Amino acid sequence: MNNDLILTSAAMLVVLAPSILVAILAIPMLLGIPTSEALQGKLIRTAVMLGLAASVVILAIMLVSGSRHVMLEPGDWVHIHEEHYHFHIKFVFDRLSVPFVILSWVLCGTVGAFANVYLHREQGFRRFFLLYAIFQLGMIISALAGTIETLFFGWELVGLSSAFLIAFFHERPGPVRNGHRVWAIYRVSDAAFLLAALILHRLSGAGDFDALTGTGVWPLGVAAVDSWQATLVGLLLLLAAAGKSGMIPFSGWLPRAMEGPTPSSAVFYGALSVHLGTYLLLRSSPLLEVSQPLRIAVIILGLSSAVLGSLLSRVQTDVKNALAFASLTQVGIITVEIGLGFRYIALTHMIGHACLRTLQLLRAPSVLKDFHSIENAVGRHLSPEAAGWNSLLPASLQVWLYRFSLERGYLDGFLNELIVRPFTAIFRWCDQQEHRWSRFVDGNEFRESESLAVRGDSLEDVI
Amino acid sequence: MPEMHLPWLEFSVLIPLVGSLIVFLISSPDTARRYSILICSLTLACTIGEWLDFNTLHTFEAHDHWDVCSALLGRDMFVIDELSAPLLPVAGLICLMTVLTTLRTKITRFSFGLTLLSEALLLATFSCREPWPLIFLLSLSIVPPLIELRTRRRSVRFFSLHMTAFVLLLVTGQALVPDTSTAEHAPVLASCLLVAAALLRSGAVPMHCWLTDLFEKASFGTALLFVTPMTGAYAIMRLVLPIAPDWTLHTISMISLLTAIYAAGMALVQHDARRFFCFIFLSHSSLVLTGVEMATPVGLTGALCVWLSVSISMLGFGLTLRSVEARTGRISLATFHGLFEHTPYLAALFLVTGLASIGFPGTIGFIGSELLVEGGLKLSPLIGVTVVLTAMLNGVSVVLAYFRVFTGTRHIGASMLQCRPAERVAILALVLLILGGGLYPQPSVSSRYHAAMHLLSQRNAASAAEPAAGEHGESPETTAMLPPRITPQPNESQPNESQPESTVSQSAE
Repeated sequence: MNNDLILTSAAMLVVLAPSILVAILAIPMLLGIPTSEALQGKLIRTAVMLGLAASVVILAIMLVSGSRHVMLEPGDWVHIHEEHYHFHIKFVFDRLSVPFVILSWVLCGTVGAFANVYLHREQGFRRFFLLYAIFQLGMIISALAGTIETLFFGWELVGLSSAFLIAFFHERPGPVRNGHRVWAIYRVSDAAFLLAALILHRLSGAGDFDALTGTGVWPLGVAAVDSWQATLVGLLLLLAAAGKSGMIPFSGWLPRAMEGPTPSSAVFYGALSVHLGTYLLLRSSPLLEVSQPLRIAVIILGLSSAVLGSLLSRVQTDVKNALAFASLTQVGIITVEIGLGFRYIALTHMIGHACLRTLQLLRAPSVLKDFHSIENAVGRHLSPEAAGWNSLLPASLQVWLYRFSLERGYLDGFLNELIVRPFTAIFRWCDQQEHRWSRFVDGNEFRESESLAVRGDSLEDVI
Repeated sequence: MPEMHLPWLEFSVLIPLVGSLIVFLISSPDTARRYSILICSLTLACTIGEWLDFNTLHTFEAHDHWDVCSALLGRDMFVIDELSAPLLPVAGLICLMTVLTTLRTKITRFSFGLTLLSEALLLATFSCREPWPLIFLLSLSIVPPLIELRTRRRSVRFFSLHMTAFVLLLVTGQALVPDTSTAEHAPVLASCLLVAAALLRSGAVPMHCWLTDLFEKASFGTALLFVTPMTGAYAIMRLVLPIAPDWTLHTISMISLLTAIYAAGMALVQHDARRFFCFIFLSHSSLVLTGVEMATPVGLTGALCVWLSVSISMLGFGLTLRSVEARTGRISLATFHGLFEHTPYLAALFLVTGLASIGFPGTIGFIGSELLVEGGLKLSPLIGVTVVLTAMLNGVSVVLAYFRVFTGTRHIGASMLQCRPAERVAILALVLLILGGGLYPQPSVSSRYHAAMHLLSQRNAASAAEPAAGEHGESPETTAMLPPRITPQPNESQPNESQPESTVSQSAE
């Protein structure tokens, strides 16, 4: 069997394993056929093992043969040849995607095994694993995408599954509200991504990342677009990445995301999903080479997010929230590394951080027990020590910083006051005027819609 | 003009028409419901038959075998073409699903006879291309909802005011169109009147309040049947597109775009589920009109794809809301209802159809939305950006509605809320259609592209298209402007012939 055949088979297996898993989990649910927890666990283990093994085989062959760019090209999903419209599906295995795919398999496998026990007899067990499988499929597609449209496909799957996992405990309003908030931010990020994809299509005539990376393979490619075009597409991608990775000004969704079950928090918001934005920046990093303003914007965004994450993580009283903001700090630093052109460092940092954070989040439910064990072992209480530079800051500034951090940088309030509230106020006014007009024409006839409650019972609903 | 193998079109109009007469005579609502399901199923089978038959002919248009109408009237009254071919089965599906998902608790308040009459009129409308018969049918289709509003003793002032204006504008506009009118020598006043009529019927802002009024007062099923097939868009394609000058189309495009974003914003602040549905539907249908009026191949193809996807997805979305409403009464979106545990199937359908309507990847609406945005960006960045923003807002409101209706609390009630078998069948059929069309979109896109090119060719060469029908009933000019018919082949999706089905290529370091 030659290398090409093995690579083709392995590459297809990497893509098909999560796709088939989604189908196998979804179809019985749709038909109302019950499946046992044990069977689901086996199916997930099998899919992960197959996918991971195939990815490792690809990596081994690439290392042995010295090839650094393997493509699986099923072809055009949709095409209109006369209009030069192609929705091309292409999967790329290179030095960026292969480590990220292996990371995804390892972490999804670990968390899957953990969740199988953690959610035993939970009412939404099957729902959780269906969403988990969709997330896994989205991650694999996003990581391997060779065209921006394919990446968008995976990106959307990740967003949907993430939002619904945050709202997993859906019999309570809190998780649902938070899930919706995250979904709304993801939609903004998706809109930016879609626009970037279509502009890229317009500029290059195709959505291939080759248009971004030019002739070279990652990370040696040089963008085939000029500086202004790179800035435009790059800024839209940066906005998309900021939304997905919870960077400024969207950092408010990170603690909200912790409403979901711990396994999903670990794999999504601590490890994989939160890094998808930086992965996008890494994939499109050749754009940074041709646009200095874009590079500066990336560095500023990364730096400010890192500082904010560092400040916010220090005042959290909830371990999952503290870890979420600690993740933000690292994501910010990774973004700065990308902006400075240290791509391999950023990739290594991303992988290391994802593994560490998964471990920390999975241990979060037993953090008190861990602390007690450590304290017993060292024979004294562990108390946080104040940083040395604290004494250099004036007391008033310290208080302000403390309050600023407690309020999570006022970012949620900022978005509510400047965007959400004016937007809804305008349309509520329009709605009132429409009701008045209807009443005027109809002569005050009774309308059922007006007898319904206008407001819910929560302050958040008023916004 | 080529003939189909059977008189499918006449069957599909006659079966519901005769069926409605029979059902009107039946006094038992339960029997009427069963008869209606049978009649709608037969009608759907006919429409699917005519679609399949038409596809085997490989032509742009065809008419019935043993065409009685043509023989009587001396002209092709009912014609199927690339545009209407898939719309007919979709219309049949809309009616069947509506009847099928009508619960027994509601059958006394829902008129099956009027529904079948509406179906006959709708199918006749989609089979008709001649301006005056089309106007007659469009006017006649107003009658069933009007009768229902009267029967329910609700005020018809709002509805009748708008619909009278619609008919007057349509009739006056068409009366002013000379026989030799083309897009280059378009009668301005006639175009404006026809455009105004079509926009009014489509619910463009600020002439949209009749839509919310209809949803408020009529039964949900009747309102769905009246709006989801988008006959306003069909009127534009048949009456306006061939003759309207470019500036008119651009004006409509802007109005539709404004409607789309306005309705998307309004959907976000609604607290009544019916009004919410109305605005979200309006937003989507306006996007279809935006694409139609771009008059570019990609934009128009996108619009036609979205037309189908929105019809199917909004039908499922509306039927789900209707089913929930039938169980719980009018739904307020200001509070959580937590119905997931009781009706997981309805929740799944609600989510799948909602996501399909916003063009979520893997669903039937995805490629159409992509094409629409692509076409919009080509024409003007403003259009592209607005379409994307509209889809973004609709996405937010669809998921918000899902959360409000199905989650957020535990619903405690004495009665069973589970899905009936008929509802399950409808849910499965719609989900299969949405996911199947989403995962294998090429046949649909090819067919819609062909229809788009045909419409654009008609627009560009309207005056020259009349004489000398070719072998398949097309003028030489039309045929020359059309692309070769795209028929999906097993290996057509390959980038080039030299590549195998799945290829792996490597580049060495």
